[in-house]
Amino acid sequence: MMKINKSNSDSVNWYLNNFKAFESGLNGGATAAVHQTRKNAIEKFAELGFPTRKNESWRYTDVTPILKKEFTLASDAHALSAHDVQSHKFARTIQNTMVFINGVFSQPLSTLTLRQEGVRISNLAIAFKENAELVERYLGKYAVFADEPFTALNTGFLNDGIFIHVAANVAVAEPIHVIHIGAPASEKINACPRALVALEKGAEATLIESFHGVDDAVYFNNVVGEYIIHENAHFKYLKIQEESRSAYHVSNYKFHQERDSVVSAVNVDFGGALVRNNLNVLLNGPNCETHLFGLFVGGGSQHIDNQTFVDHAMPNCFSNELYKGILNNHAQGVFNGKILVRQDAQKTNALQSNKTLLLADDASVNAKPQLEIFADDVKCTHGATIGQLDDEALFYLRARGIGEEMAKAMLRHAFVADILEKVSIDEVREHLDAKVMACFKK
Amino acid sequence: MLNIHNLEVAIEGNQILRGLNLEVKAGEVHAIMGPNGSGKSTLANVLAGRDEYEVIAGGVDYFGEDLLEMAPEQRARAGVFLAFQYPVEIPGVSMSIFLKTALNDARQAKGEENLDAMEFFGLVREKLKVVHMDEKFMSRAINEGFSGGEKKRNEIFQMAVLEPKLAILDETDSGLDIDALKIVSDGVNTLRNADNATIVVTHYQRLLNYIVPDFVHVLMDGRIVKSGDKSLALELEEKGYDWLKTEVGENA
Repeated sequence: MMKINKSNSDSVNWYLNNFKAFESGLNGGATAAVHQTRKNAIEKFAELGFPTRKNESWRYTDVTPILKKEFTLASDAHALSAHDVQSHKFARTIQNTMVFINGVFSQPLSTLTLRQEGVRISNLAIAFKENAELVERYLGKYAVFADEPFTALNTGFLNDGIFIHVAANVAVAEPIHVIHIGAPASEKINACPRALVALEKGAEATLIESFHGVDDAVYFNNVVGEYIIHENAHFKYLKIQEESRSAYHVSNYKFHQERDSVVSAVNVDFGGALVRNNLNVLLNGPNCETHLFGLFVGGGSQHIDNQTFVDHAMPNCFSNELYKGILNNHAQGVFNGKILVRQDAQKTNALQSNKTLLLADDASVNAKPQLEIFADDVKCTHGATIGQLDDEALFYLRARGIGEEMAKAMLRHAFVADILEKVSIDEVREHLDAKVMACFKK
Repeated sequence: MLNIHNLEVAIEGNQILRGLNLEVKAGEVHAIMGPNGSGKSTLANVLAGRDEYEVIAGGVDYFGEDLLEMAPEQRARAGVFLAFQYPVEIPGVSMSIFLKTALNDARQAKGEENLDAMEFFGLVREKLKVVHMDEKFMSRAINEGFSGGEKKRNEIFQMAVLEPKLAILDETDSGLDIDALKIVSDGVNTLRNADNATIVVTHYQRLLNYIVPDFVHVLMDGRIVKSGDKSLALELEEKGYDWLKTEVGENA
């Protein structure tokens, strides 16, 4: 569907050359099957090329700034200290952390203490060896790269990432926090973090993934996550994106749900110069429940694009989606929420809402809900609003003696409250809260 | 306490107040009545500090200070309270956080210590009784989903907590049934004392059966055209405003 045009064929070749170097540096590790997947993916990438704005789903996001820079994979693990990483941990509440620096797993900085029957957690490089059968069963089967070049690119460079497998009817006792850090290096780094999470029937888990940048590091994070939630399993997911303001972040997430499963995902964007998140959910069995919450907070000349796609393939499922944005200065936001209700998906209940607060005249947002409904007995609602801080509300608060800045802070706080209250771990919610408030002080 | 002299105010280029004079002393209750569009709500909002109004001439003196130079929050901290005609719904801000912030901001302005959680809830519990409101209101978002009557009671409740020196009730009675009207008026009467003053802006004489004013002023075309005691309100109820128009016309 996408064709390479001349303007980005040089960039495509750049990554194809990167792949050659990457391939020659591999010393086994993964199975032959995994390597075949890589080769297929990079071939597909060569065919697809990078998307241009002529492609409908990339109409508002131009990836040229990413292509202009020569990003390469990290050649060695970056030496960050435990101290550098500590501030990104939720040390009061979460003991189990996995740390990746520039896409490379750091054993010494990680603290994976959880030992529980039926719970397999490791980095992917280890899982290739220790859980080869499970990896082969799931990896690359859900986040398909056939028509998504960034997924193809990530899959081509697949080498490490997160592996979590939870056996049937096991509830993981503690939340897991995966920390990705982009650190300055001699080259501009392209990291390809990968997550593979599979919850078997009746399993439960909570995962937090956070992305951080050191100072103004310039790097390109091309993230792919596959989350397979089997029958009656429950998955709570939180993504915190706090990349450096000079970094590029592209993510492709796939949540695959089987019958009676429940997914609750919160996605928060603060950082990045250019951010594009594709979040796809497939409701592949009846009676699934999906909650998607998103918050994007941008300033300066940040560009943050969120595309969500909820595919109601089976009857009696419920999806509820609320995305909110706060944009200041020249920041640009994009929200495109697509809901597909297939013919078999009778009694679907799908809600979607998007609200954006613009704090400056030059900030802008493109919001587009897309509903495609082929079943006749469904309930779907969607709405998008764009506005400023409510002057009436501001005056009301001030008229009770609350100072202007405080009153504004309270209203902004109120605006994000219905997203942040979905984050159930106090320490994490407090962090996000403080982060939101700090964004307004700039 | 309050001295409004020759106040002229416009909104979006339309002049609404055309030389209004009013003096309010501690312990007094003043009722401002008048037909729709006479400038009653403009007066209330200008005193509270709503910024879309443009003051063309005149001034407002409040305890010797130039009230119009003060930001809305400074006025509130100095004891000015506007009970809104249309209280605003603010989803996501709980009554409890709102009032605690307002109260402690006012206390800090006076150089007093913040109330701690226990003291605050003690105060709140006592004041909720004034307007027959349940404690559950405190955990709800400001005015969100409140009925019309609840919103007005909430205004009086906030007034009870903040204990203003000058309370301005902007058509607080509009839309209230008689039971709610009694609760609201009882609240206002309970809070009256020799040190504070109240300006009651109303369209209906009915409210003044419950909140008995010391003075009644008739506002027409941006000016106070007649002042009197509570009997003036009864006269207006009986005769309407047309007779005054004629009278003013003759004087002009």
